[in-house]
This record gives sequence, C-alpha cells and structure tokens, in this order.
Amino acid sequence: MAPLLEVRNLTVAFDTPDGTVHAVNDVSYSLEEGETLGIVGESGSGKSVHALSMVGLIATPPGRIVRGEVLFNGRDLLALSQRELFEVRGKEIGFVFQDPMTSLNPVLTIERQIAEPLRRHFGMSASQARTRVVELLELVGIPDAARRARQYPHEFSGGMRQRVMIAIGISCNPKLLIADEATTALDVTVQAQILDLVRDLKKKIGTTVIWITHDMGVVAGLADTVQVMYGGRIMERGPVRAVFHDPRNAYTWGLLKSLPHGGRRGVTRLYQIPGNPPDLTKEPVGDPFAPRNPFATERCRTETPPLGEVEGSVAGHKAAAWYDLRAALAATQVQP
Amino acid sequence: MTRYLVGKLAESLLALWGVITIVFFVSRVLGDPAVLLLPVGAGQQDLDALRASLGLDRPILEQYLISVLAMVRGDFGISFQHQRPAMDVVLERMPVTATLAGTALVFGTLIGAVAGAIAALKRGTISEFIVMVAALLGQATPVFWLGIMLILVFSVDLGWFPTGGSGTIAHLVLPGLTLSVFVSASIARLLRSSLLDIMREDYVRTARAKGLLPRTVFFWHIARNALIPVITMIGIIAGELLGGSVVIETVFAWPGVGRIIMQAIQAQDFPVIQAGVALVAAIFIVVNLLVDLLYGVLDPRIRRR
Ligand SMILES: Nc1ncnc2c1ncn2[C@@H]1O[C@H](COP(=O)(O)OP(=O)(O)OP(=O)(O)O)[C@@H](O)[C@H]1O
Ligand SMILES: [Mg+2]
Repeated sequence: MAPLLEVRNLTVAFDTPDGTVHAVNDVSYSLEEGETLGIVGESGSGKSVHALSMVGLIATPPGRIVRGEVLFNGRDLLALSQRELFEVRGKEIGFVFQDPMTSLNPVLTIERQIAEPLRRHFGMSASQARTRVVELLELVGIPDAARRARQYPHEFSGGMRQRVMIAIGISCNPKLLIADEATTALDVTVQAQILDLVRDLKKKIGTTVIWITHDMGVVAGLADTVQVMYGGRIMERGPVRAVFHDPRNAYTWGLLKSLPHGGRRGVTRLYQIPGNPPDLTKEPVGDPFAPRNPFATERCRTETPPLGEVEGSVAGHKAAAWYDLRAALAATQVQP
Repeated sequence: MTRYLVGKLAESLLALWGVITIVFFVSRVLGDPAVLLLPVGAGQQDLDALRASLGLDRPILEQYLISVLAMVRGDFGISFQHQRPAMDVVLERMPVTATLAGTALVFGTLIGAVAGAIAALKRGTISEFIVMVAALLGQATPVFWLGIMLILVFSVDLGWFPTGGSGTIAHLVLPGLTLSVFVSASIARLLRSSLLDIMREDYVRTARAKGLLPRTVFFWHIARNALIPVITMIGIIAGELLGGSVVIETVFAWPGVGRIIMQAIQAQDFPVIQAGVALVAAIFIVVNLLVDLLYGVLDPRIRRR
C-alpha cells in the first residue's frame, strides 16, 4: 500500500535581513496510514516549519519553499493552489498547536471555533454543527459539554483548552493530525492526561499522527516511529524501540543521555549537549552537528552524510552519520 | 458588568464635580462680568447693584455652594448676556455641533477604516506606503491651518463654498472635510498597526489551519479583535467632537457649542461657561460609558467583570 504521506527533499528557507535562514534542508521520509510519528529536536531544528510548509501555512515572503514534494495520498501538496489547500487544511490534515492560551480566539465561543471547520468543509447547518461540537467535546473528555460549548476560551483551564484544540484538530476526521508541541505549555500532570487522551483517541478513530515535541520521553510513550531533527535535517529515524536502545547518531545519543535514567520524561535534565545550536544563516556544509559532536570525523565537517539504513538494526532504522557511533561508544565504554 | 458600570458611573460623577469646581473658581479669578455688562463709564452704584442682582456680592464659597446645589437640581442659572437659562443657550447649539461631529465621524471612520485595512493587507507595497504617508501628514497637520488653507483655496479663490457659517450642506463641506482628515488619519494608523499585531497571533494561524477562507479569517478572527482598540479611539474622538471643537468652530465661524463657550469666556458669562463645560464633560462621560458597553459586546473577557 502506498504511504499516506511521502515527503521528498523538502527544503525551506526564509529570506531575512540577516541573510537566508536554511530552516529545513532536504527532508525526506514517509508515513504509513495509522502510524504515529514522533518528531524531536531542539528549538530551531525546523520541526514546525517543515510541518507548516506542507500545507502552505508559512508566510511567503519571508518563507520560500526551495524545492521538494509532499505527496499526500499521492497528490503533491506543494503543487496545489491556495484554493485547493483550503480544502486540505482542517479537513484532511488537522492541526493542534503549541500554546493553548494563545491558539484560541478570545472573542469567539468554543462552539463557534469548533464548528467553523465543520460548517466550512461539510456545509453543516448551525444545529447540525452544534450537535457535533457537543459530541466532540465529550470525546475529548470535557464534562458538561453542552454548557461549556457556549463559553469563551478564558473560562477554560490550559488543559481544557488543549482538549478543545484537539477537538478542533479532529473535528473533520482528518486522515492526518499534526500536533506541534501540543503539551509543551502544560504542567506535567495535565501533559500526561492529554497524552492519555491522544492514545485513547488513536484507538477510537485510528488517525495517523505526527507528534512534534522536543521531549524524547513523550515520544517514547506515544509514537511508533521517531524522527530526530537537527539544523533542519533528519539525523536519525526508526522504530522507537530501536532508536532508543541503539542510537546511531551522536545527537540522538545526546538527547537520550539527557533523559533521566530508566524513566520517562522528567523535569530535570541530567546531561546537556555542549555547544550552541547551528547558525542557520550559513550555507549548510557537512554534518550540522559536527561542531558539537565528540565523535565527529574530518569528513563530517566537509561532506553531508546521507540518511541511510543502519547495519545490524531493524528494518527502517536509518541514521545520517559518517562515524560509527556503536563502535566509538564501545571503545570509550560510555553508555547512554 | 453591572457592578463595573456602577463603579464607572460613580467615578464619572466625581470627575464631573471636579470639572465644575475647577471651572467655577478659575472663571471667578478671570475678572468681573459686571464691568463687561454695563456700558463704559457706569457708576460704582450701578456696578454694585448689578453684582448684587447676579449674586456676585456674596462670599465666594457661598456662591459655589449655591450654584452646585442648583446644578444638582438641573438649574445652571440665567445667562448674564442673554437673560435666558444658561443651559438652554448652550443646548441650542448642540444640533449644529452634532451635525459637524457626526459628519466628521462617519466619513472619517469609513475612510480611515478602509485605508487602514488596505495598508495592513497590502503590507510592504506602494499602497501601504501611500496610505501611511497620507495618514502621517493628516495627523501632523494642525487642523486650524488645514481649515484656513481650505478656505483660501475653495472659498476665497474658487468660490465653491462659503467661508463660514452654517445652515446648508455647502457650509458643512469644508469644516467636515477638515475634521474628517484628522479623524481618518488617526483611525487609519491605529487600525493598521492593530491589524498587523493581530495577524501575528497564534489563533489566526489556528483559523488558517482550519482551512477557513481568507475573508472569514480576516473578518472573524483578525478584524474582530483588531477593532477593540479602534473603538476606544473612536469613542474618544466622538467625545471631543461632540464637545464642539473650538478651533474649527472658530475658523469656520461655525455656531456650535465650542464657540458659545468661547464667547461666554470672553464675556465672563459664568452660568453659560458652567453649563457649557458641564455639558461637554457629561457628553464625554456618556460616550465613554457607551464605549465600555460596546467593549463588553466585543470582548467577552471584559463582560465578566
Ligand atoms: N518567519 C520566519 N522568519 C525567519 N526565520 C524563521 C521564520 N520562521 C521560522 N524561522 C526559522 O526557522 C528555523 C526553524 O524554526 P522552527 O520553528 O521550525 O523550529 P522548531 O524546531 O519548531 O523549534 P521549536 O522547538 O522552538 O518550536 C528557526 O531558526 C527559525 O528562526
Ligand atoms: Mg516549533
């Protein structure tokens, strides 16, 4: 079966007064129907831009899609007109954004905000939409849904607003749901509740999900596949188990090392990757992580490593590295 | 919301009382109306008699208490000059002032809103540049100067419109235009920056991500929020214009409230000064209360207070 989403060589840049920001560089991957993909990487690694650019949600200018294809159900989204994209957004691809405090319109009722895509894409009447809104609010675990629907965002707590955002995201039964840092702004207990909700919803409606986060722990608990991004590139990608137990890219290894041991997500960072994030205004040359990588070789600085299937791991585990991390780690006796 | 309004009303009454008090004492310091009312060379006896009949011979605090108590009852006294109730003298001028204020508000708001929206939507284009330069000039040009220039060109040179006075549409054109320029320039600039701020909001991205059409995003998500500060400004401008803009009414000999207050100050017609200032302050307060109510309609976060 053809994958639901196939991204090929997606490259996105921003033309700014300080120079061209190479935000996303040659990103290629595919996503099967029903799969949950976790995308991780530190701030500025291009996670949001890559997702937003797929459906025309970055501002152009300053943004510019340099090249690439995004095949969604076999159709190239980057070749669609704005008008055609309006039909994809919200209907076939739903979004949940980071900050539930600012992502809802303060002057419109919750009902209206959830009903908007339903009325727009399905042509529902006001009363049909109202019924569906209440159903959706119940589905995402908001008690007393009929009454709550008539309230405004400021009358909801952060966690409740994020449930509303999820209700908006799934309102039209999209084939793909993209959640961008959907739990980052929430405190740990609420975060756990939202993650439970998403797992539960996945069972109920079976949507394909891209979950963007900078938290490895969240990915471990939610995703089938993990994709690690750095400097606008995919550094490593594969089944969660394989990547977590046998990382082949030094950046992935660093991220895992910074997780508290044996545990899930934690508040304390045990290990900080030394050095600074890459300067994206420089023309990308070599492995972007090389300057911070203790295992980097001479080749890393001059030649960009391709994302290739790794040896001695499961199928689909790919990494971009010139060095052999496994051998290097064995030699130094350091364990993640 | 009710409690909020009651509080606001109490605050307003206090402000009104403050204004009346200040005006009362300042006008007494300005001079002696009896001297101005009597023909030159009138004797001391006549002056004393007139002062007594106007109540000006009593101690100033007594005069103050008497007038404040009378004002509470709605009695602003008899105009020295016109020998009629002072409030009537002022209120008669209200329709003339309101006509000019209304014209400037309607045209100024419409033009300003369209120009501001164009500037925001056509960000970075020559259209934005033209609108912004025009608005900056419109706001920076003193209204009296613009008024005089318009009179020189369109009345004196071309003879298309009367130089001053009121009564017909032709009389309204130049003063209306002058004030509209100022109003629309202020509104265009504020609306533009407010729209640009809101366009960057996360919830606008949410609206786009829903696949809504650009016009729905603009009117329901961007404009709806961007209008909130603009409404305040319209309220403030409305309050100012309805109080009679003294400068414009003087330049165009427009017989409105501002003008009658000016004349009363020159003649030291205390009751008319007091009635005029009280009316202007009251209008300002009422308009602001209306703006607050409108806020509640536009912004549910305020409704709850
Ligand atoms: N409108 C813009 N103009 C210029 N540069 C931009 C713009 N939007 C994003 N960028 C740049 O693109 C790069 C990638 O940003 P992106 O938002 O995708 O990072 P991210 O991985 O989502 O990070 P975060 O974890 O902080 O959300 C950053 O360097 C950012 O500065
Ligand atoms: Mg992001």
